[in-house]
Amino acid sequence: MPIKGWQSARASLIWVALALAIGVPIALAAGSEQLAWRGPVYILAGFAGIIALGLVLVQPLLIGGYLPGLSSYRGRRAHHWIGGALALMVVIHVAGLWITSPPDMIDALTYTSPTPFSPFGVTAMWAIFTVALLALLRRRLGLRLRTWRIVHIPLAIVIVAGSVAHCLLIEGTMETISKVALCAAVLAVTVKVMVDLWRKRTLRGGSIARQ
Amino acid sequence: MTKVVLNRRNFLVAGSSVLATGLLATGVPGLLLPAGANGLAPTDSMSGGANNYRKGAAIVERIGKGGFWMSGTVRRAGDGAPLAGQRIQIWAHTTEGQEHEPQSHGATLTDKDGKFRLEMPQIIPIFGQPHGHLAYDSGEFKTVFLRPVMRSAKETSLEAHFVLQPA
Repeated sequence: MPIKGWQSARASLIWVALALAIGVPIALAAGSEQLAWRGPVYILAGFAGIIALGLVLVQPLLIGGYLPGLSSYRGRRAHHWIGGALALMVVIHVAGLWITSPPDMIDALTYTSPTPFSPFGVTAMWAIFTVALLALLRRRLGLRLRTWRIVHIPLAIVIVAGSVAHCLLIEGTMETISKVALCAAVLAVTVKVMVDLWRKRTLRGGSIARQ
Repeated sequence: MTKVVLNRRNFLVAGSSVLATGLLATGVPGLLLPAGANGLAPTDSMSGGANNYRKGAAIVERIGKGGFWMSGTVRRAGDGAPLAGQRIQIWAHTTEGQEHEPQSHGATLTDKDGKFRLEMPQIIPIFGQPHGHLAYDSGEFKTVFLRPVMRSAKETSLEAHFVLQPA
C-alpha cells in the first residue's frame, strides 16, 4: 500500500527532523571549546537555556497536532507537562546564572543589564511563568477555552519572540548555524499554528453562522 | 540704469545663501561653543561595569600567564591633559579564571603620557558577551567603571579610555 507507506515514512521524517532540530544544537554546544573555561553550574545553566529553546519548538508542534502518532488529547496532555518542564528549565537557567555571577543576573532581572539580549530573555521568562501559573489555576479560576486562548496566545507570541531574540544575540556555546536553524524552526512552527488556529476558528465561526 | 532680474536661478541662490547664513548663525555656535567652553567631557561609568569588582587588586607585571593585552589612556576632563601614575584595575573572565576569582584581577599604573597596558589571559565570552572590566577607584578623581566589549571573541586585545573629573 503506497499511501500507507508514504504516511509512515512522513511520520518518521517529522520525528527525525524534530530530534535533529533539537539534538544537533545541543550536541554542537556540548562540543564547544568555551565549556573548558566554565564551571559546572554555569554549564548546567547554559544547557538548561538551550533545552528550554528546544521545548519552545515542541510546544506549538504539540498543540497544532503536527506530531504524527499523538492523538489530540495526548498532544494537549504533553503540551501541559512540557510547559511545566519549560518553566523548570528557565528556573535552572536563571538560578545557575545567578550562582555564577549574582551582579550580572541582578542587572538582567532589573532590566539594567548592558547586554542587549537580557531584556528579551527576562520578558520571555515572565511570560512563561505567567502562562504556567494561569494553566495551573485555570480550572480554579473557571477560565473558558476562549478566555484562556485570549490570554495564552499573546503570551505565547511574547515567549517565542523573546526567546528567539535572546538566543540569537548571545555569544556563547551554541554553534551559529544550528542555533539560527532552531530559532527559524521555532518561528516557522509558531506562525503555522497561529494561522491554523485562526483558520479553524473562522471556519467554525462560518459554519455556526450558517446553521 | 541696471535692472534687477529675478529669475529662478538667482532666487534659489539667494534663498540658499539665506538658509546657509541662518545655519551658520544658529547651528555652528550651538555645535562648537559648548565643546569649547566645557572641553573634554568626563567618562561615565558603564552599566554593569562594577560587576564582580574586588577593591584593591595588587599592581602586577601581568595577570596570570598573559597572552592578551588590555590597554588605554587616562586623561583629565576639560583640558584633556594626560594623567601619569594613575592606578587602573582590570579584571575579566579569562581562560585562567572566572570574573570574581582573585587571580582574574590585577592593576597597573599609567605612564607619563597617561597610557596603560597590562598583559592578561585571553578573555572569553561570559554572560553572552566577550568583555573586560576596568576601574579607576583611587579617590583623587571620581570613580569610573568601564565594561568594554570585544568585537569578536577571537580578538587578543581590548582598549578602554578614561577621562576623569576631580572627586
